[in-house]
Amino acid sequence: MTGVLGFNTTRLASPHLTPAHEAWRQTVRTFVDREIMPHVNEWDEAGEFPRSLHKKAAEVGLIGVGYPEDLGGISEDIDVFHSMIAAEELSRTGAGGLVAGLMTHGIGLPPIIALGSEDLKRRIAPSVLSGEKLIALCVTEPSGGSDVANLKTRAVRDGDHYSVNGEKTFITTGMRADYLTVAVRTGGDGAAGISFLLVETDRPGVSRTPLKKMGWWMSDTASIHFDDVKVPVENLIGIENQGFLGIVANFNMERLSMSAQAVAFARVCIEDAAIWARERHTFGKPLAKHQVIRHKFSEMVRRVNATSAYLDNCAWRVKNGQSPISDLSLLKVQATRTMEFCAREAMQILGGAGFMRGHRVERIYREVRVMAIGGGSEEIMNDLAARQMGL
Amino acid sequence: MKVLVPVKRVIDYNVKVRVKSDHTGVDLANVKMSMNPFDEIAVEEAIRLKESGTATEVVAVSIGPEKAQDQIRQALAMGADRGLLIKTDAEVEPLGVAKLLKAVVEAEQCELVILGKQAIDDDSNQTGQMLAAMLGWPQGTFASKVSKEGDKLSVTREIDGGLQTITLNLPAIVTTDLRLNEPRYASLPNIMKAKKKPLDVKEASEYGVDIAPRLEVLKVTEPPKREAGVKVENVAQLVEKLKNEAGVI
Ligand SMILES: Cc1cc2nc3c(=O)[nH]c(=O)nc-3n(C[C@H](O)[C@H](O)[C@H](O)COP(=O)(O)OP(=O)(O)OC[C@H]3O[C@@H](n4cnc5c(N)ncnc54)[C@H](O)[C@@H]3O)c2cc1C
Repeated sequence: MTGVLGFNTTRLASPHLTPAHEAWRQTVRTFVDREIMPHVNEWDEAGEFPRSLHKKAAEVGLIGVGYPEDLGGISEDIDVFHSMIAAEELSRTGAGGLVAGLMTHGIGLPPIIALGSEDLKRRIAPSVLSGEKLIALCVTEPSGGSDVANLKTRAVRDGDHYSVNGEKTFITTGMRADYLTVAVRTGGDGAAGISFLLVETDRPGVSRTPLKKMGWWMSDTASIHFDDVKVPVENLIGIENQGFLGIVANFNMERLSMSAQAVAFARVCIEDAAIWARERHTFGKPLAKHQVIRHKFSEMVRRVNATSAYLDNCAWRVKNGQSPISDLSLLKVQATRTMEFCAREAMQILGGAGFMRGHRVERIYREVRVMAIGGGSEEIMNDLAARQMGL
Repeated sequence: MKVLVPVKRVIDYNVKVRVKSDHTGVDLANVKMSMNPFDEIAVEEAIRLKESGTATEVVAVSIGPEKAQDQIRQALAMGADRGLLIKTDAEVEPLGVAKLLKAVVEAEQCELVILGKQAIDDDSNQTGQMLAAMLGWPQGTFASKVSKEGDKLSVTREIDGGLQTITLNLPAIVTTDLRLNEPRYASLPNIMKAKKKPLDVKEASEYGVDIAPRLEVLKVTEPPKREAGVKVENVAQLVEKLKNEAGVI
């Protein structure tokens, strides 16, 4: 490892990356440096970022990466690594709210792409991929998020429309979204009674309340109430009562992307702690020369390296058409644990300075938990993996 | 009008450069390399000339190692039409670069060459001027504005006292300054399209020009570390220090 310990030197070389991947990384990096980095703290404190950022991001390819060309996406010669590079480089900001808010379509759109009718795809996807419209995913309810199969929001068919009643909560970009991809119960109990409906937020009966939270400030999070909302049957995503497939459609990319983010956040922690440990002197020498502190860096880098290699391997398998459910679940646990460890150790190294608002490590520390809970919590991921192992 | 834009592969401007312990140069191992920022501005300007209908074709050329293809591809992704790599692993000084570029200009029948005013690695600020002299073409260096007026080129130059606007006959040489434009992003679709654009590779030796270095590097050292400043108590102390320590008054 040469160069100064930091975000760049803690990235393992991957055999799966081509010059075109690296060129893409460079574009995202420049975009982040120019359009995002100077404003990150201000946006986070303000609790929002400009909506126009979606369009700018779409122009460079950040929104369309990985989606079909005929729907306005970029898919020719594109693989999961392009999407992961986007997640990784956006995470260099150390602002999870930015990634969550800017890339919400990454969970809202795939069910439509995977299951939706041609008409529905053409109606929704192009305007989302151009950054004009925002789409959110509504699965979690006040009564629970992990136990998806028991969700309660109900859609009752009445002639040419559905009537939707119920409540969703913790919905990222719920306040700003134009479209909601909503998991609803159309049939009996359990997973076999669930459908996905596309609900426009301007339909009568949709009401939204913003939620305040521990981190991810610049992305809005909402509770959304559906009170007799009439939704035309054309808005059904896929086949009635087969909506669970839509939830599955998100799994691979969401877990890979969150893992790529978590590792990147860990690398940010190492970078900021390393700069500090070199400059800060205590007891007559730089912090970095105290053995207790030096070893913290070795521990952090060791975990980041192991996790990066695991991430690379899982991504390569997904690229080759596999769906390594067990490993993707464990990868997410591994990656968020690594982020947790590095946030803790970096914060210790930074001392009081790291506790002050405006520091990337301070924010990452506050945003560890949402990474370990959202998109499949640690406990659920571990249990899913164990089940795959036949236990 | 065909425009030639030379692009150089240099250490990325964000990298903290480290001198090798044997003082023979700077450490390049695993260091991030990028297109010279002034060249990015040159590429952008050439593409704008094409978009406004002034230029017909934009050719990006790099003199350097095999990997300099990455920088040419970036120029192609920004919008250049085709690329040319003149391959050499040796260090080529501005004079050698200018000689090679002259050969390319003549072979390609270019009417305008837009170069960065300098490369951020050796900061020579010579290549454009040397190329102009060798071709016998007029030059507009340190450009902050370029526009075609009739069959001439109007170039606003950044000079010490302010701005100077000159008119050049074509063919001509322009070198770019920072304020000329803000280069566009190479978008993902354009990166993918650039993979299919033509990129010729030639050996430097094929041009039959003498590019042997004229300079010998004796030693490369770190610049002296800046010492921490001191706070003075009052004006008298300031004057005393300026007189006796700094020796400036
Ligand atoms: C900032 C933020 C943004 C979010 N964005 C979205 C969004 O856009 N869309 C969306 O649909 N959801 C979103 N969520 C919700 C998220 O997906 C859920 O929080 C998550 O699925 C967990 O659900 P829950 O909070 O209801 O916890 P619960 O399901 O009630 O679980 C509580 C705890 O118990 C554990 N647990 C549950 N069941 C078991 C079991 N069987 N065995 C052992 N342990 C168990 C869980 O791991 C967890 O630790 C978001 C959440 C947050 C915090």
